[in-house]
Amino acid sequence: MTAPTPTPVPPPPYGYVSPIPVRRAHLGDALASEWTKIRSVRATMWTLGTMILLMLGIGLSVAAIAAGEGGGMSEESALPLGFFGMLPASICVITLGVLTISSEYGTGMIRTTLTACPSRSRVLTAKAIVFFLLVFTVTLVVAFVVATAQVAMVDAAEPTGAEWARATVGAAGFMAVLGLLSMAVGALVRHSAGAITVMIGVLLLPLVAALFMFAPALKGLQEVLFTYSVPSQMIALYSAQPPFGEGGPAGWEALFILTGIAAVALGGAYALLNSRDV
Amino acid sequence: MIEAVGLTKRYGAKTAVYNLSFQVRPGVVTGFLGPNGSGKSTTMRMILGLDQPTAGRVTIGGHPFRQLPNAPRQVGALLDAKAVHGGRSARNHLLSLAQLAGIPARRVDEVLGVVGLQDVARRRSKGFSLGMGQRLGIAAALLGDPQVLLFDEPVNGLDPEGILWVRNLMKKLASEGRTVFVSSHLMSEMALTADHLIVIGRGQLLSDMPVKQFISANSADFARVRTPEGEAAQRDKLSGVLVEAGGQVLPEPDGALRVTGLPLPRISDLAHGADVRLWELSPHQASLEEAYMRLTQGAVDYRSTDDKLAHLQAPPQPGQPGYGLPPQPQPPLPADVPQQGWYAPPPPGENPYAAPQPPAPAPQPPAAAPQPSPPRPSIQKPSDTTEDAR
Repeated sequence: MTAPTPTPVPPPPYGYVSPIPVRRAHLGDALASEWTKIRSVRATMWTLGTMILLMLGIGLSVAAIAAGEGGGMSEESALPLGFFGMLPASICVITLGVLTISSEYGTGMIRTTLTACPSRSRVLTAKAIVFFLLVFTVTLVVAFVVATAQVAMVDAAEPTGAEWARATVGAAGFMAVLGLLSMAVGALVRHSAGAITVMIGVLLLPLVAALFMFAPALKGLQEVLFTYSVPSQMIALYSAQPPFGEGGPAGWEALFILTGIAAVALGGAYALLNSRDV
Repeated sequence: MIEAVGLTKRYGAKTAVYNLSFQVRPGVVTGFLGPNGSGKSTTMRMILGLDQPTAGRVTIGGHPFRQLPNAPRQVGALLDAKAVHGGRSARNHLLSLAQLAGIPARRVDEVLGVVGLQDVARRRSKGFSLGMGQRLGIAAALLGDPQVLLFDEPVNGLDPEGILWVRNLMKKLASEGRTVFVSSHLMSEMALTADHLIVIGRGQLLSDMPVKQFISANSADFARVRTPEGEAAQRDKLSGVLVEAGGQVLPEPDGALRVTGLPLPRISDLAHGADVRLWELSPHQASLEEAYMRLTQGAVDYRSTDDKLAHLQAPPQPGQPGYGLPPQPQPPLPADVPQQGWYAPPPPGENPYAAPQPPAPAPQPPAAAPQPSPPRPSIQKPSDTTEDAR
């Protein structure tokens, strides 16, 4: 429309130089930033607080009931009782994992974050590390307290060192990895309610569906769902033998399977985060 | 320095930005204008590496944004004032951004003071007003003391004091040798703030030039001349003399003459020579708004229509007096008022109003002049100087 006119005189080639020294940003900076973010929202306190209450409350109640009934567990230790608190607590971890990233999409904060740190992989890595360590530490402490109380209250076999490790470090790792899977789904779905729904479906639906598979033709599928659903894996984590028939996972295998799934989901999250427009 | 070369962005079948090339230089405030949906925000997002261009590239200081070693120290941006987590306090929000770039926490308190939010620093940003949100966004942009600054609609929702502050801030930042790129719809604000303008419409570059040049290239500076009322002979005599002297004369509906192509003293001399008295001789310089409207007229996507409330009115019932209105004669529309909301802009080269034209090749009688545009309706305020001149 307008005839292009040459700009009269280009301004002198000076530029502004900040007095604050500039250095390269690295993962450590992103970790500090993500720690500030996760500790400065109420959702973290609410979800983790609820998780602690559920694990303590249910864990101690179950132990009290088992102690009241007495006996019957003489050849097993009391540690598997921890499962009953873990299952509801995992819903809190899922919520926090999803919110860690999807709340940034929901509020638009993600654009501010990625403008301040154009390396998207660094942002996701920092989020994953901070979230994993936070959930792992909190769950480890609570699981240890609950396990100690259960062992003290219930009259059962003395747990071995391996059983202790699975019931504390294993349980904490399982929760934290489940949270990472939720975070990956949150990054893929980018919508809090949608991602939480997906994750609760993943957590509970296979087991619920398997309960209603009465047809003989579905027997095989039912068995697979029973064996590999997330709650079954949690039970398997506490036992040295496969709890659901032959060939199922037992002990640490349950954690490894979940870690594999979370790694695939995180890989997808990295790929999409790097290629998608924000 | 921001440099875009052949920048193109398509969303499916829709092309948001097409083949956009421009440079934003340091040391001046560059305004970025365009109608709604013209691709301003998409362009800004591509500059910041949030959106990947379909074709072309944009660099900041020679590097694509996503390859900058420490982006907040080189580029500060305010894209969307509400792009914050509402549950976080202003200070923690800024602290998390500062930590991303290794900026010390002292700097957070410093910028909170600069934008005037120190008293609400510990409050959750959910409760902030739009203006406070803008201040928080500006604080985030200033955090890294960057050399390049981008602001998308920075004065939205600010109080008059805040608008003045932003205006002075932009100028100060530019005077320090930084590159300042500001988009806005407030033309009066842009006229006061920007030195250079980049205008896009429908995703394409319409104009890239200094503000002064932009106004004179896209608008009509003219002189309004009024002869004594009721003396039509005097008026005709004067317009004859003016046309002879190389001016272009256009009668206005209220009897005044709009003269272009002649400087004011010359018009006065000619009138004196022809022995015509003048009641008014006033200069009219177009505003940036007018120039902008003229340029982007053809590139506006979203245009409002009259709200006729057709479905809310009771249907007229002719047989029942007392209900509905009696048939009324339609008032005849004035013939010389164009029914269009705005007049079609003549191409700048053929604009009969344009002042700095070489002398017109042939004098044209005013009545028979083939005008590409109808006369301006008298209800419209031609410029912001009109009222003062009367």
